[in-house]
Amino acid sequence: MYVAVKGGERAIDAAHDWLGRAHRGPAEQAPLDTAQIRDQMALAVARVMAEGSLYDPDLAALAIKQARGDLIEAIFLIRAYRTTLPRLGASAAVDTGAMRVKRRVSATFKDIPGGQVLGPTFDYTHRLLDFRLMADGELPATPPATGDGAALHAPHVLGFLNRDGLIEDTPDDGKEPGDLTREPMELPADRALRLQALARGDEGFLLGLAYSTQRGYARNHAFVGELRIGAVSVEMEIPELGFAIELGEVEVTECETVNQFKGSRTEPAQFTRGYGLTFGQTERKALSMALVDRALRWDELGEDDQGAPAQDQEFVLSHCDNIQATGFLEHIKLPHYVDFQAELELVRRLRAGAEDEA
Amino acid sequence: MSDYNFAYLDEDTKRMIRRAILKGIAVPGYQVPFASREMPMPYGWGTGGVQVTAATLVPEDVLKVIDQGADDTTNAVSIRKFFQKTAAVAVTERTREATVIQTRHRVPEMPLTQDQILVYQVPIPEPMRFLEPRETETRRIHALADYGLMQVRLYEDIARHGEIATSYAYPVEVAGRYVMDPSPIPKFDNPKLDDCPAIQLFGAGREQRIYALPPFTRVRSLDFDDHPFVASKADHACAICGSTTSYLDEVITDDAGGRMFVCSDTDYCAEMAEGGA
Repeated sequence: MYVAVKGGERAIDAAHDWLGRAHRGPAEQAPLDTAQIRDQMALAVARVMAEGSLYDPDLAALAIKQARGDLIEAIFLIRAYRTTLPRLGASAAVDTGAMRVKRRVSATFKDIPGGQVLGPTFDYTHRLLDFRLMADGELPATPPATGDGAALHAPHVLGFLNRDGLIEDTPDDGKEPGDLTREPMELPADRALRLQALARGDEGFLLGLAYSTQRGYARNHAFVGELRIGAVSVEMEIPELGFAIELGEVEVTECETVNQFKGSRTEPAQFTRGYGLTFGQTERKALSMALVDRALRWDELGEDDQGAPAQDQEFVLSHCDNIQATGFLEHIKLPHYVDFQAELELVRRLRAGAEDEA
Repeated sequence: MSDYNFAYLDEDTKRMIRRAILKGIAVPGYQVPFASREMPMPYGWGTGGVQVTAATLVPEDVLKVIDQGADDTTNAVSIRKFFQKTAAVAVTERTREATVIQTRHRVPEMPLTQDQILVYQVPIPEPMRFLEPRETETRRIHALADYGLMQVRLYEDIARHGEIATSYAYPVEVAGRYVMDPSPIPKFDNPKLDDCPAIQLFGAGREQRIYALPPFTRVRSLDFDDHPFVASKADHACAICGSTTSYLDEVITDDAGGRMFVCSDTDYCAEMAEGGA
């Protein structure tokens, strides 16, 4: 008896055994230590934390190891773990103005109170393969670091513009922000919810959208008012105590853009803002997020809808999550015999009908 | 003691899903938004169905999982194993023995009973989606029952091809009100949804929607008076059990394009081959 689909269970087990062997690589090589991934692949770890929406460098490193370096797969592992965690409460809003900065640059002012700090950046490096890393496994010792971020007084750069009323004010409206991981997303979404979606959105997708605004699809001409990376403390209000206590620190990247705005029917000419905030050192993502955030604000600023993808919140928010996207994309690998059979019948019938007429 | 809560999801999440299910049953065919969770399997691989099943299962249940009508397709195996591991419920391949059946793309051939729940995995719950990509707009369409767009599409099919060129995920009207996507089942299965004694639940995880058909609900496949709906299938008999009434898969048997037709519902085929049913 011939049954096409039998053997699925054995095939799955065999495939997973193979995966286990492939995962380890040759036995004579030392296995990767998750601490090495955490510390030497720190930017991959940062991306997994940012898009996984979970700040835990050790778990992110584990996920990267388990996913064989496939970062979207690692993000998926973190998301699936995150969803099982209990919600004990919400932290107070972090004060990024009090950040211990390790990098802080402004493209709008030459000198700023607190100074420009380049920090550990690829900027200005020449992208030449360093074969010493391959030959010896490591670079000659560099001088010891002078500290991983100073508690310097570094107020937000955009605050200076704000004093003169040159940039839009964005006061706290006191509204509790929504949480798209707990409530189904309703459209149109407010800015807080949009920012949450963008913060966990796919870096590549947001990069492409941000780039499209630069090339004229809803151009909003962004200046990097400030980009800062560093540690902020996370505090939580404890009702029984009546005050907030510090739970720990997280590293974040914050980007505030200053965007040209000629004024509209409802608003006078002034600069406007785009905002990006992401876990870890994830600079490209935070910049992209800020540009896309600004593009999505066309309606509240009374700008024209140019029909650009980056302006379309339903398009952006429905497609920026790489875990949703990759799942649905990859599901087309699943069997579709039944639907395909129905289509076969239909096409045969339509062709037969066409031949009869001919 | 298992490492997981019964059926994986925590009780608060199950309660949230059960509320959505109850609302769906109260308003047949209406898509209820729910806060779909990230599951340990990918979106698009049955996370909606899995969450509905998880919220529905009780320890006494007997679970059957099928994909393309078969219990042994890879994803059905994976989902069945998931519930064996996290809920330790009894499983079966027999349609008549199951109390909960999770399915992808088929309705079992064996008539269902009042003691059964059929859970469909749904990729795109919105029947109007490929006519109108915007959720804000499709919700308005449903609110106003403004389904003219769908009628026009079906009419255009007839004008162009002489018949409605939709062979699966064929839209239905539920209890005279909502137009609903029956999930990508072949249109052959559509009549089984109508007046069905079992509870039918539809879960779309990625799209965060649950909808339902209570028992004995009127489900009408959209058509026209002069072009009535026809449930079509391959015009053959099953090469294994000889059934002429079940939905058939076409199997290519050699390099020369030789083919045979066998039941897509493997349990039904086995019972028929044994001379049962």
